[in-house]
Amino acid sequence: MMVAKDLRGHLREAAIWYGGLGLLTVRVARNLTLPASYLWLVAREIDIIGVRSLTVALTAALFTGMVLALQTAVNMARFGAENYVGPVVALSILRELGPVLTAILVGGKVASGITAELGSMKVTEQIDALRALGVNYIKKLVVPRLLAALLVFPVVTILADGMGLLGGMLIAVFDRNVDAYLYWNTIAYWVVLKDFLTGIGKSVIFGGLVTLIGCYNGLATEGGTEGLGRSTTATVVQVAMGVIISDFFITKLFLFMFW
Amino acid sequence: MPPAPPLVEVRNVWKAFGDKRVLRGVSLALLKGTILAVMGGSGTGKTVLLRIASGLARPDAGEVYLFGTRTDRMREEAMLPLRRRSGFVFQGAALFDSLSVFENVAYPLREHTRMSLGAITERVHHFLALVGLPGTDDLLPAELSGGMRKRVGIARALVTEPEVVFFDEPTAGLDPTNARLVAQLIAQLRSGVCDTAIVVTHDVEFAELVADQMAILVQGRFADVGTPAEIHRSDNPDVRRFLAGELRES
Repeated sequence: MMVAKDLRGHLREAAIWYGGLGLLTVRVARNLTLPASYLWLVAREIDIIGVRSLTVALTAALFTGMVLALQTAVNMARFGAENYVGPVVALSILRELGPVLTAILVGGKVASGITAELGSMKVTEQIDALRALGVNYIKKLVVPRLLAALLVFPVVTILADGMGLLGGMLIAVFDRNVDAYLYWNTIAYWVVLKDFLTGIGKSVIFGGLVTLIGCYNGLATEGGTEGLGRSTTATVVQVAMGVIISDFFITKLFLFMFW
Repeated sequence: MPPAPPLVEVRNVWKAFGDKRVLRGVSLALLKGTILAVMGGSGTGKTVLLRIASGLARPDAGEVYLFGTRTDRMREEAMLPLRRRSGFVFQGAALFDSLSVFENVAYPLREHTRMSLGAITERVHHFLALVGLPGTDDLLPAELSGGMRKRVGIARALVTEPEVVFFDEPTAGLDPTNARLVAQLIAQLRSGVCDTAIVVTHDVEFAELVADQMAILVQGRFADVGTPAEIHRSDNPDVRRFLAGELRES
């Protein structure tokens, strides 16, 4: 009996969350154009989301490329295919690891920050103050962050892709004695533009998704500072889960559309 | 000539939170030039009524009109121009905590007007002086006392010279000196900036100072509405108990 009641409660909460996120997405779509005086907000968010997240994204990408090259080379050596470490690393990074890891790391950091900021404004009635002053808070607080994320996530992903490939090369060349020319040449031969572009397409979708999750959880915060803590924690978990789960469906869709 | 429509009108409004019915068929009409004090004990739904009347919250049932336009089914975006014609003073001031006093008060002017920096500065200084806070431009909200924060909130609500102002418990949590200052300020507004307001308060003495109409909210309905003198003469038992400080609600 208690289990059924708990389950009903969880399902209700999930329905409210998905419904709320959907409604926010619709409202954002209705308010997507910004007045010229708000463009500096987009620039500010580009700095916060992109520039200040570069170190995290690039460091993670470098070491991911290195460990991927190490594992791939060691295991492919068993089949005498160590020379093909380059394309395996490149395909893994460009199609999956680059966009997914960047979205989880940068997205988790950025979205939890957004939730904390908007949630704090919500519990101290600053959002209501904006509304009372006749300010469209969706245009002021949500749309600039979303536009910045849609621009920044692909750029950071491209840089992370490059860093991952570089990390792979360092291991391939210096640890596994693969020729550097061979590493890049096999990548250029086996990897096509589509592999790169599908990864970038994913990063755009992930950027939008994590920003909307961060904004929604912030705007839906209730229950003072305790509620703010709950919202921020929920954002980190939901961003990671959202990216991983949506990655599967986007991959299926892209394979269906472009393969 | 037909009589001017009320600036704010609420018709048979109902609102519940979960199982708790807060408002049960409340109606009010605020004519231009009137200051209405909505009074009642804690938890009677005064603030909820104020938020519904101003368009910040939606009723479960009933109709709400602001400047003659029905707002209870309006989209948020469509309501913004109406909100720009009104001001709202929050109980906790709700100042933007990352902005200075000057920037807080200048905010609506920067958002909605094309005034020059000089004109904005002049207007902000005028209103900061009006609320008794000249020379506080660069202070942050965290550096202000509760009374100062509240007065900055009032200056921000008034700086666009709105047609109607909604005050939510403007004297709550203030010491007697600051409470008197705020009362004098609201009374003073009548002769200049804004002569129409709804003031939510539980402070009878303050309401008598500022309001020409009083409405007593008891169990989600108005027990009585009238001038302060009429309210004091009221034979409604709930009103008598409220004035005697014996009415308790949660």
